[in-house]
Amino acid sequence: MDLIWLIPLLPGLGAAVNGIFGIRYFSKRTAGVLACTTMAIALGLSLTAFVQLLGLSPEARVHDVVLFDWFPRTALEMAGGRIGSLHIPWAFRLDPLSSMMILIVTGIGFLIHVYSIGYMHDEPRGGVARYFSYLNLFCFFMLTLVLGANYLVMFVGWEGVGLCSYLLIGYWYEKKSAADAGKKAFIFNRVGDWGFLLGVFLIYFTFGSFDFREVANAAATLPVETAQFGTLSLITLLLFVGATGKSAQIPLYVWLPDAMEGPTPVSALIHAATMVTAGVYMVGRNAVLFTHAPMTMEIVAIVGVLTAVMAASIGLVQTDIKRVLAYSTVSQLGYMFVAMGVGAFAAGAFHLMTHAFFKALLFLCSGAVIHGMAGEQNMLKMGGLRKHLPITFWTMMIGTFAIAGMPPLSGFFSKDEILYKAFLSNKAIWGLAAFAALMTAFYMYRLMSLTFFGPYRGAAWETAGDGHGGGHGDDAGHGGHAAWHGPHEAPKSMTFALVVLAVGAVLAGLVGIPAALGGGNAIEHFLAPSFEASHGALTAGGTGHAGTGVGTEAGATTYSGAATHTEPATAPGAAAFVPAEGGAEISKAFELGLMAFSVLLGIIGIAVAYRFYVRSPEIAARLEQRLSGPHRVLTNKYYVDELYDATVITGTMASANGLWTFDRHVVDGAVNGSGWMTIFSSWFSGIIDKYLVDGLVNLVGSVLQESSFVFRRLQTGLIQNYALLMLFGVFAFVSIYLLLVRSL
Amino acid sequence: MNHLLSLILFTPLVGAAVLMFVNKRSENAIRWIANLFAMAGFLVSLPLWFYYDDKNPSWQFVEQAAWIPSIGADYHLGVDGFAVLLLLLTTMMGAIAILSSWTAITERVKEFYIFLLILQTGMIGAFVSLDFLLFFLFWEVMLVPMYFLIGIWGSDRRLYSAIKFFLYTLTGSVVMLLGILALYFNYTDPQTGLHTFDIVQFQQHGFDTSLQWWVFLAFFLGFAIKVPMFPFHTWLPDAHTDAPTAGSVILAAVLLKMGTYGFIRFSLPILPDATRAFVPMIATLSIIGIVYGALVAMAQRDWKRLVAYSSVSHMALVMLGMFALNPVGIKGSIIQQINHGISTGALFLLVGVVYERRHTREISEYGGLSKVMPVYAAIFCVMMLSSIGLPALNGFIGEFLILQGIFTVSKIWAAFAATGIVLGAAYMLWLYQRTMFGKIENPKNEHLPDLNFREVMTFVPLIILAVWIGIYPTPFLNRLNTSVDRVIARVSPQYLQQNASGTPADCGQKPAASKWQVAPCGPDQAASPATAPAGTVPADQPTKVEPKNIPAGGTAPSHEPGKAMPPATAAAAPAKPVGGR
Repeated sequence: MDLIWLIPLLPGLGAAVNGIFGIRYFSKRTAGVLACTTMAIALGLSLTAFVQLLGLSPEARVHDVVLFDWFPRTALEMAGGRIGSLHIPWAFRLDPLSSMMILIVTGIGFLIHVYSIGYMHDEPRGGVARYFSYLNLFCFFMLTLVLGANYLVMFVGWEGVGLCSYLLIGYWYEKKSAADAGKKAFIFNRVGDWGFLLGVFLIYFTFGSFDFREVANAAATLPVETAQFGTLSLITLLLFVGATGKSAQIPLYVWLPDAMEGPTPVSALIHAATMVTAGVYMVGRNAVLFTHAPMTMEIVAIVGVLTAVMAASIGLVQTDIKRVLAYSTVSQLGYMFVAMGVGAFAAGAFHLMTHAFFKALLFLCSGAVIHGMAGEQNMLKMGGLRKHLPITFWTMMIGTFAIAGMPPLSGFFSKDEILYKAFLSNKAIWGLAAFAALMTAFYMYRLMSLTFFGPYRGAAWETAGDGHGGGHGDDAGHGGHAAWHGPHEAPKSMTFALVVLAVGAVLAGLVGIPAALGGGNAIEHFLAPSFEASHGALTAGGTGHAGTGVGTEAGATTYSGAATHTEPATAPGAAAFVPAEGGAEISKAFELGLMAFSVLLGIIGIAVAYRFYVRSPEIAARLEQRLSGPHRVLTNKYYVDELYDATVITGTMASANGLWTFDRHVVDGAVNGSGWMTIFSSWFSGIIDKYLVDGLVNLVGSVLQESSFVFRRLQTGLIQNYALLMLFGVFAFVSIYLLLVRSL
Repeated sequence: MNHLLSLILFTPLVGAAVLMFVNKRSENAIRWIANLFAMAGFLVSLPLWFYYDDKNPSWQFVEQAAWIPSIGADYHLGVDGFAVLLLLLTTMMGAIAILSSWTAITERVKEFYIFLLILQTGMIGAFVSLDFLLFFLFWEVMLVPMYFLIGIWGSDRRLYSAIKFFLYTLTGSVVMLLGILALYFNYTDPQTGLHTFDIVQFQQHGFDTSLQWWVFLAFFLGFAIKVPMFPFHTWLPDAHTDAPTAGSVILAAVLLKMGTYGFIRFSLPILPDATRAFVPMIATLSIIGIVYGALVAMAQRDWKRLVAYSSVSHMALVMLGMFALNPVGIKGSIIQQINHGISTGALFLLVGVVYERRHTREISEYGGLSKVMPVYAAIFCVMMLSSIGLPALNGFIGEFLILQGIFTVSKIWAAFAATGIVLGAAYMLWLYQRTMFGKIENPKNEHLPDLNFREVMTFVPLIILAVWIGIYPTPFLNRLNTSVDRVIARVSPQYLQQNASGTPADCGQKPAASKWQVAPCGPDQAASPATAPAGTVPADQPTKVEPKNIPAGGTAPSHEPGKAMPPATAAAAPAKPVGGR
């Protein structure tokens, strides 16, 4: 367990080697094998760590590994004027929740790496190394995210997976739509990160720590904020803003469908199984904070269920096979948030795990279809592929039944658990979630029908030379095919992953069989410690449960309540807790009824889709015409992208251009203006100087000069002249004298 | 080691002097000599990293000699943590800038390198001066070479930009000089009874509040223009756009830091009361600058101008962190200055690379470059990520500390300032997409050569530093401890009173006790080493800081922190913005 830091580091090294040397020097095979090897070792380490963790007693299942200081201690003021100490180490923590997550990431990650070798086979050599470098880098960041022991280490992973998502969506960077989609994903994630960071700042400000456990323990001593929207509510709300960005919830979900521009294995790994579930994981990680903020919990549940319904409804009419799955992912993530919002953290994490299996499976199957169809993604141009891609068909069928919640596949247990918990909490939320389940079954079977049943509607492959590629040409790698020989099954490296994941999609639910069906719900008990504040001993120096009073009591009971079907959002204090416990006992028969109901919904959905798209396809066409209005709204995804375009993007660009004009003309205008003023005033004073000041000086000068002109004549230097002048002088004086005297 | 700083200071100048005697036609010889001296300048500055004692709270590597005794101006050099980091950044970026100019400059090669090396000395001098007049001298020395660099080797509107840069900065520095003189005439050295320009003494003296206000405003104008803060920023995009690559790199990486360095070195410790009073104003301007700079950057069509406006945005963040007036914010602010030097310096180098190949900065002229220049694209990607603050790269360290620091002051400010991270990602990613992604549509770009070895070498140290600071910033942050303490003792003394149960009141009881206790001691007492490990409080120390009202002209050397805090906390508390609480 002391080696858990190696789990993220190995793929990180793989990424570095492939990135620095691989692009230049490695063959496609070397790059792929290197990447797969790092993941295989990481998977082995994860399994070892997991087994070791299981060997401990449930309370002791926490293991910290601190590498070194990241941010050394620095004093900083906290709430109330206390001076705390900001200190963040590179710390990793293995506990039940993170051990589950690393198994998912390394396990599914490994399979998808293997699958990618086949899928990316037609890419150019350097491209493959670049791809594997990014993919490994993604695993590095994702594992950092789930293993991080404090908010900041988690944030490293949090942003890093966003970066890898950006790089991988834009893998075919020459295509504008791919580059656009990558950028969109990153920026929408950043909007969420804005909230997340502010939440983290507030966490330090309130608790003086960034460590998950210390914060949880400190929060556990605070009162539950039922009445007013307090600090904890604000913290959790800000964190949830981050989650909506990363996990594609309303209002920040629009990037995920566009993210399908990336290669399909990327969609499977990042945009279905792992990265997008980071928001769910983060909420689960902060379970203690959220349970103390019932108002935020309500918001989480409402946002989750609305996203689930909205995305599922869009999924009903999409024709691009990957986009259907993308909206399905958004919808299923909404489900997980419903679980979080009603306090069923374990159920949410359980669904996260099962979803990782079946959604990765579905995506990889769609990838196999796209591969077999030489890049075609439009389901209307498929059909009847059952015969050509048998393994893909059967495995995808398993995935479809799993996501539709058919027993005993994995989706049944996890989805049912969520519906059950939602029912206990809030009937409206349960109703909407059940409706979403119905739509899920429908659109998934619609996908299956359009792809695998009915007549073949695609390009003829005898003339494949001009026909192939279709309108989308997404998986550009297939441009490398010399000729397309019709739909064909995927190579072994790909089908291997499909089969393993299908087995997983069947069996993963077994760890969470609810008590009502005679199971032990092992996963819930296993994960429970991660969702509670620790009781003393585990964290030396932590706040522990020293604080007493209503808060502690309410907190503690709430957690045990959550483990036994209690709903903390509606059970704010100890008082509300007891009846709920009783209620849970009574409802055993009822629980089975609910289960049957949700299975029924799934069957209805599948049956309707079967009728619409397999038995009598004309119904679907007629329906489409009759309901053309709603159909258009759904096809256009409720015009949300257009709305964002018209408001946020246009607004930002307009203000950017406006400010740029302002900057040139007003701010810089003032500078240039004062420059001109200086020049003008200097010109003006130049004029004054020249004509007035200098004029006066010159005037004096010229007067003197002019006058001197007269006098100069006198000073000729000739004796005769002087003598003459003297004579004139004498003459003048004598004349004056004579005149004056005579006149007197 | 006694003359290490002088050695660092004059190495580039010697290089410039040597170049004067080289025949201007032997251009390659000139290039080699300039590079050698720049590299030597960097190497002689390296001992600072290793021998700077981050536990010793006093000025280090001090050199003092009479310069103009009649007016009390000394040749007085010394460094603390801020100066060490910025100095190393300067010598490194100087060497990189000179290396990057090898093929970019083909006219008047000799003069170019001479100006660059003189500029280098000017910048180093400003960072190491402990005498205000000396500082001002170096401050002005920087202007002239930069003016010529832009005016001679620049592009398009180079004369306009050069003159604008020169006059704008000069205006600020004239007003700043008035501020310096105001301090000069209001303080007499208690030992000599004469006026002095000694910064160390200024930092321990409590000036009148009203004087502080006026001097703060005078300094503000000088420094804010240099930073540049909104609305004094418009010289920057012009200067950056028209400067040659090396000029832009130096301008972004080092010259802008003069402004922020001025604030942290002079405004905060010398004028603490005024600083506290002006926090709302600076914060408002900074937040406007962050958002405004980012939005205007988004509207740019000129690659360099875009990076220039991103600089405005980033430097505003630096200012905001500094005026959080707490250790986290100030540390973040300094580390962000280093980061900005690294990432923005690199971004200007990157523009320079393609400018040299294509002679245009129009973003629309490019596109799809990652196809033909993969190494370039990869380096650009790393530097872009560093610039937008991706965790595990350097930019995040600064951003996080600054925002966390300002958050404790005001949540609203932090919320607005943090929008910069979204906008920053938007304009940088868009730039990256427009230049690197897509198909090559301009036939001129089809055969652009990728980076050569020399060009790669200009980026390697920057990438290493970006990753190092991002993952293990402790060596950098620790070197700032004592310097931050010195500033904090002046502007936010409550950190000392609450955190250290006992704070030694004067330097006589030398051992630096608790981590947050500070003894701003004069250089004359720097001899006695600070040995006590941080975190322990010797028992024999007084338990309280008492503001001792020793008159300024008194006989006792002014080394009491008590005195360093003018009518201390009572005056401080109301002035501190309370938005956060």
